Amino acid sequence: MRYVDEFRRPELIRKTSEEIRHLADPARHYRFMEVCGGHTHAIYRFGLHQLLPSNIELVHGPGCPVCVLPMGRIDDGLAIAENPGVIFTAFGDMMRVPGTRGSPLEHQSRGMDVRIVYSPADALKMAVANPDRHVMFFAIGFETTAPSTALTLIRARQQGVRNFSVFCNHVTIIPAIRAILDSPGMRIDAFIGPGHVSTVIGCRPYEWIAKNEHKPIAVSGFEPLDLLQGILMLLRQLSDGRAGVENQYARVVPWEGNRAALKAMSDVFELRPYFEWRGLGFISQSALRIREEFSEWDAERRFAVPGIRVTDPKAAQCGEVLKGVLQPAQCKLFGKECTPEHPVGALMVSAEGSCAAYFNYEHRKVAAGVP
Amino acid sequence: MCLAIPGKIVELIEGDNPLATVEVLGVRRKVDLGLLEPADPGRAGDWVLIHVGFAMSKISEDRAREQLELLEALGEAEAAALEVRGYSNLET
Repeated sequence: MRYVDEFRRPELIRKTSEEIRHLADPARHYRFMEVCGGHTHAIYRFGLHQLLPSNIELVHGPGCPVCVLPMGRIDDGLAIAENPGVIFTAFGDMMRVPGTRGSPLEHQSRGMDVRIVYSPADALKMAVANPDRHVMFFAIGFETTAPSTALTLIRARQQGVRNFSVFCNHVTIIPAIRAILDSPGMRIDAFIGPGHVSTVIGCRPYEWIAKNEHKPIAVSGFEPLDLLQGILMLLRQLSDGRAGVENQYARVVPWEGNRAALKAMSDVFELRPYFEWRGLGFISQSALRIREEFSEWDAERRFAVPGIRVTDPKAAQCGEVLKGVLQPAQCKLFGKECTPEHPVGALMVSAEGSCAAYFNYEHRKVAAGVP
Repeated sequence: MCLAIPGKIVELIEGDNPLATVEVLGVRRKVDLGLLEPADPGRAGDWVLIHVGFAMSKISEDRAREQLELLEALGEAEAAALEVRGYSNLET
């Protein structure tokens, strides 16, 4: 366990952690879901669960973009890249995610032109620099990255760049939360709302969860104190019998979100009627596709897409972990067949995936005999 | 991808689109300011939070410092530096 003194404002952390202990009803078992993969990473990294009483359980949510992408979409993207002249571009996180016949990186070693970009704008620039090639950008992410893809498409149209397209896999966070609440046997008492997604969407979209599902939400930052304060806000609401949306991260998250980013998204994207999420299945109106006006830059319209559906390896219990039904170490493959070096499921690939985070910070420690 | 990287606008780049030279983690990169609120656009000296090459919000200098420390504490500073160095250079 990390020492509280290593964190910023340790005295406040101690005080908040004591307040949490004081307020938590010993007769209750609390299950709080942190929706965002960045929070999952921070919780394990800082060992925050160890600062909480044992009856507060943190459940890891679906907010890791590469983790929720079904394998078939990776295969589809790679199939597009098999067309002559196509350059496959994606963020580094995507490169090691396994498709049926290997990851993008493995395809690269077999001769496919696969390149990492750090910004969709750089993929567009690559298209301008390579007029005799076609640059396809494999877009993933929630509302933190979707506005950047949208603006890149607006720029591509402005500049008349015709050898560029986007294979759009952007998803939206609210329907995923709804799907989790709807899944049978699921019990979550309250939600720690994502930090940076909320800088874009603001706090208003969470209000329905509070109102209709009577679940408290606290949008929180990523520091140890932020997360503890978020948890304290949730406990206070529960002990008062309230369910509302509170903004612990108001120093960065405006209540109304970022209107310019939301406008770019709505100019370029529309909701898909349904989209498949790994582990959660098909969720209606949960993902974005490119509007007709931008069809020329839509890889799904420009190329024949096989529409591959792949069922995940049966033994891997990614779905149960994604929904918070199982903790990572309860999966049969965890730490055995499935490790960060040889990931079977996507949750083991990304640093934001709960299995990789748990493996790196907890499992290795236990294996090394560190208390 | 989920964590933002703070940077300081050094100067705006003239042209049709709101681009700026931004100093991020010790290097200068071209960053698109087109997702900031038009009513409160980026100016030289402003701090911004950057996601995948785009400034997503303006923040105070204190918040920027806090975010840098957070990236460090999360062990993400190296990955962030790699991301920033990966943004294409200033010369287009």
